[in-house]
Amino acid sequence: MSENINYAKGFRPKTWAKLFPFLKAYAGRLIFIMVLMSLTAIIDVIIPRFQSYAVDHFIVPGTLEGIKPFAIAYICAILFSSVCTILFSRQSMVVEMGLGRDMRRACFVHLQELSLTYFNQTAVGYILARVMSDTNRIAGLIAWSLEDIFWSLAYVTAAFVSMFSVNARLALIILAVVPPIAIVTGFFQGKILAANRHIRSVNSKMTGAYNEGITGAKTSKTLVIEDRISDEFSEITDELYRANYCSAKLNAVFIPIITFFSSTAVAFVLMQGGYMVMDQVIEFGTLSMFVSYALNILEPIRTTARVFSECISAQVNIERVSALLEHPCLIQDTPEVIEKYGDTFNPKRENWEPIKGHIEFKDVTFKYPDGDEYILEHFNLDIPAGTNVAIVGETGAGKSTLVNLACRFFEPTSGSILIDGVDYRQRSQLWLHSSLGYVLQSPQLFSGTVAENIRYSKPDATDEEVRAAAKMVSADVVAEKLEKGYDTDVGEGGDRLSTGEKQLISFARAILADPPIFVLDEATSSIDTETELLIQNAIQHILKGRTSFMIAHRLSTVRHADIILVVEDGRIIERGSHSELLELNGKYAELYKAMEIREKHQKMGGIALE
Amino acid sequence: MKKHSKHPTLNRFIGYSRGLKGFFLLAVLTTGASILFNFLTPQIIRITVDSVIGQEPFALPDYAMSLLESFGGREFLRKSLWVCGGAVLICTVAQGLCNLAARLLISHSTETYIKRLRDDIFRHIQHLPFSWHTHNRTGDIIQRCTSDMDVIRNFVANQLLEVIRIVTLIVTALFLMSQMHLGLTCVALVFIPIVACYSGFFFSRISKQFRFADEAEGDLMVNIQENLTGVRVVRAFGRERGELDKFDAQSQVLYDRWVNLGYTLGAYWGMGDLVTGIQVLTVILVGCWLAFNGQLTLGEFLAFVSYNRTLAFPLRRLGRILSDVSKTRVSAERLSEVLEAEEEHDAVTDTEPDMRGDIVFDRVSFAYDGETVLKDVSFEIPAGSTFGILGNTGSGKSTLCYLLDRLYDVESENGCITIGGVDIRTIRRNYLRQNVGLVLQEPFLFSKTIAENIAISRSDASMEDIRRSASIADVDESIMEFSKGYDTIVGERGVTLSGGQKQRVAIARTLMCGSPIMVFDDSLSAVDLTTDARIRDALRSGTDGATVILISHRINTLMDADRILVLDNGRAAEYGTHEELLALGGIYKRTYDLQSAAASGKEEA
Repeated sequence: MSENINYAKGFRPKTWAKLFPFLKAYAGRLIFIMVLMSLTAIIDVIIPRFQSYAVDHFIVPGTLEGIKPFAIAYICAILFSSVCTILFSRQSMVVEMGLGRDMRRACFVHLQELSLTYFNQTAVGYILARVMSDTNRIAGLIAWSLEDIFWSLAYVTAAFVSMFSVNARLALIILAVVPPIAIVTGFFQGKILAANRHIRSVNSKMTGAYNEGITGAKTSKTLVIEDRISDEFSEITDELYRANYCSAKLNAVFIPIITFFSSTAVAFVLMQGGYMVMDQVIEFGTLSMFVSYALNILEPIRTTARVFSECISAQVNIERVSALLEHPCLIQDTPEVIEKYGDTFNPKRENWEPIKGHIEFKDVTFKYPDGDEYILEHFNLDIPAGTNVAIVGETGAGKSTLVNLACRFFEPTSGSILIDGVDYRQRSQLWLHSSLGYVLQSPQLFSGTVAENIRYSKPDATDEEVRAAAKMVSADVVAEKLEKGYDTDVGEGGDRLSTGEKQLISFARAILADPPIFVLDEATSSIDTETELLIQNAIQHILKGRTSFMIAHRLSTVRHADIILVVEDGRIIERGSHSELLELNGKYAELYKAMEIREKHQKMGGIALE
Repeated sequence: MKKHSKHPTLNRFIGYSRGLKGFFLLAVLTTGASILFNFLTPQIIRITVDSVIGQEPFALPDYAMSLLESFGGREFLRKSLWVCGGAVLICTVAQGLCNLAARLLISHSTETYIKRLRDDIFRHIQHLPFSWHTHNRTGDIIQRCTSDMDVIRNFVANQLLEVIRIVTLIVTALFLMSQMHLGLTCVALVFIPIVACYSGFFFSRISKQFRFADEAEGDLMVNIQENLTGVRVVRAFGRERGELDKFDAQSQVLYDRWVNLGYTLGAYWGMGDLVTGIQVLTVILVGCWLAFNGQLTLGEFLAFVSYNRTLAFPLRRLGRILSDVSKTRVSAERLSEVLEAEEEHDAVTDTEPDMRGDIVFDRVSFAYDGETVLKDVSFEIPAGSTFGILGNTGSGKSTLCYLLDRLYDVESENGCITIGGVDIRTIRRNYLRQNVGLVLQEPFLFSKTIAENIAISRSDASMEDIRRSASIADVDESIMEFSKGYDTIVGERGVTLSGGQKQRVAIARTLMCGSPIMVFDDSLSAVDLTTDARIRDALRSGTDGATVILISHRINTLMDADRILVLDNGRAAEYGTHEELLALGGIYKRTYDLQSAAASGKEEA
């Protein structure tokens, strides 16, 4: 996978260039913000001059003449700076949120088109972190920190222009402390960021431990290991203590050092400026202005150095997001297909041919993109419309491969798969997917009501249609048991329902769209006897008159299938009808007999188990 | 969880600071010292400007004056301005050292304090009774332990010292300012209530909007997460467009809420700039007027303006801190509720008797919060026998094992449970639980290696012991198939085991305890029938003489047991051997027929 991200230090312009497409939309706003920041910086530089003006023109000469225009000018400057602040924060927030939204959307759109291999290999939490945290971090940095840098640079420049225009010698003294402050800040900031990263990682370890300690508390109690678990937790909090203390130490050392440098500037300005005042080279007001600059210059330099090191560390976030965005889509419709049938988000349904459900594997050779072994070689299989295909084999034997190919979740490495006589690559993915009914081993529902979940496969279905579909697979029993019936919220991922209930609703969802092709990934373990019977009934209903694939690790309903495929170690080792396979006396016959024996034992009261 | 008054909460939280008060006090002192040095700098500048460079008299105490005179007085300083510069630097260094000490001290005491609190709450939760864990939602408790704890940590680590710092700063600044000019100080002071008021107003608004925006972020997160976990469903139904529309809508809500927050923040910051700006201007104008009237020297003016500026920032912080204090109080109360929940206590008279006797349930009734689950249940399990309990969901079969393990206690008037004639309510809980190996229906595995999980109750176990238990639970082979074998990490941060594998590891883990009584609460539901039978065989030969209680809704699992109890709606409905129960023609027979029909009709035909 493309996650070997280079964490090397240093500034990488190439990484930042990847942000340009997103920044384009906000170029105007960004420029506006920068103008605002420069204006604010200039005002911030001017304000100390008001004070020195007051000293030189009112206090030293002992007069109040001209204080009115002075006050008005001052108020104008303050008002102007406040307005700048208001405008700038609004714009920055718009940029931050807009950029974040756009990047997240780009990720989301791309994720809808990435092949399933990606999802098989990548943990959801990992993707989620890319889509949410990394984009947030980048957007926040662009919107606020770059402006900080701009303000700081503008401030420093304006301050030095102002200082040099008054007195070059004193200005040089202050300029001399800039490099050490910048270097020291850069040095510490890197270390502080690393320390904070460490704190965060220990912290998430601790959250994990809490999670485990609380979720597993009942188990700890039955095993009488409460104290042991608590001691282990204590080790993590020890680590957290050390991490936090280490970060505090860095801060404790860092801040006094840079304050010392800025104080050095103050001391030298006081000394040099003092002599100059005594020699009447400069006035009192000028001295006070320089002292003020010497004190104020610290903050912008610190900010610049801090933002710069933040930018360096944010390169990782940019790289993670662009790695996601650049991850190739393995299955893509050709431009001609998109032209005719539309793309994933804008289908041209009017051009779609109806699907009858005749599927043909023609000389198909296949290996998974991340595997090196051929799973199918020159495989041929004709599935006329309305045929029930069962795929049996042990857990992990690779029963899903054929289904993945037929559904075009993967494409053949060579050879072709024809649907109603046409290679499916000449149609759009959505065309095929819209004609599929799919029920997973672990049913996956979405937040929302029962009705919304059933309606998922056909958004324009009426309430009557939803109820009819539910009734057909006995999901109406589930809905009616709930407090608000079909309008009951099922919770995140359907968590408020039991697995069996979720399964029945997912059946209703699949059948509502009345798809010509149906895929069932068998799903009946740890469900109680009654629900299992309901589900078996639902399956009978669903399969009638449709082309179907049924993946099974038990041999239930398999007997009646038109074609049974037996899979072992990822390969199809036997195929045929139930009676043909029994006659063949191979693996299927073996599995079948094993079950028959078990069945007899049960009937006889388990006496012959040995 | 019920509410409590504030004082016990406060006392409880102060209680965790034993031995740390000294550090904290020292931190306060060093902070104070650093503020004093911080204020000395403008004074040195003032004196330098006024009295060294200018001609004003030194307004210094006598001892300082005589010290100064011995060096040569003003003339000496005028020639050696480096002394003044040096004084500024010395002040900075002293301030820096105090600051450094304060930060280290506060970090040490805060982190130690929080560590104690965290450890204690964790240990406390581990020792809370089973019923507490059933009644409280995991997510809620975790949030209290993490988010609320962070609020408290933030308060102790930052705000507490910040309050002290700001108050010291303001008081010192005001004192020094009032020494120079009382009237001007009053002018500067007028703005304090204004700043405090609008800060408080904005902060309550901002935090409300922030929560609002945070919720939108949570919603969007859930949306994306569901889209990702349900990616196959999305693809299979061709619903990408619909998903994108939903995403866009939620993304826009998030955008709008944050931009609104941005507007409020902008108004707040702009307002802050305006008010502090006007305050500084007012002080300058009034200062000029005072200087014009000869009530203020140039140096005093400069020092005054500089003190005034140090006031502006902490004042703006104060509003924020005020709103944080109320947040902290809420968090502390939420944590207290957890801490105040009562732990399990053994009576001093509780004993540790021999556990190899017969188990007797004598007219046991039990109710959860008034909802009766067991009604007058009596039965006997002879030591060393295998006992089966059959029942549907909600029939009370799990409750039976909870009672036997004293996860819940039977009320004294509702019958009793005895082992070898001893009422289990008089047996020490930990001893009892060590001797009753209970495998829960939904076993929990820790994020550790498989070997560590199995040996979790016995840190001294050898690899042979571990593998022996795993073999009995029929999971040794599956474990060896992992590339790292027994060193494979399971749980959240590792490999996800299938339901059946998890159950079998949990069985192996309980076997390690070597308990004379073992209870399997539907622990074989996710394994197939052949494996189920193999495990039961191995159990019989591998647990020499232990009493085994099997609970299931599957007849196959139970039919070999010496005695079987059928629970129906909390009552002991039928009791006997497999054959006896079949002959009885009751619930057991019906379930048996239903399951055989399901098996032969569907599984086989």
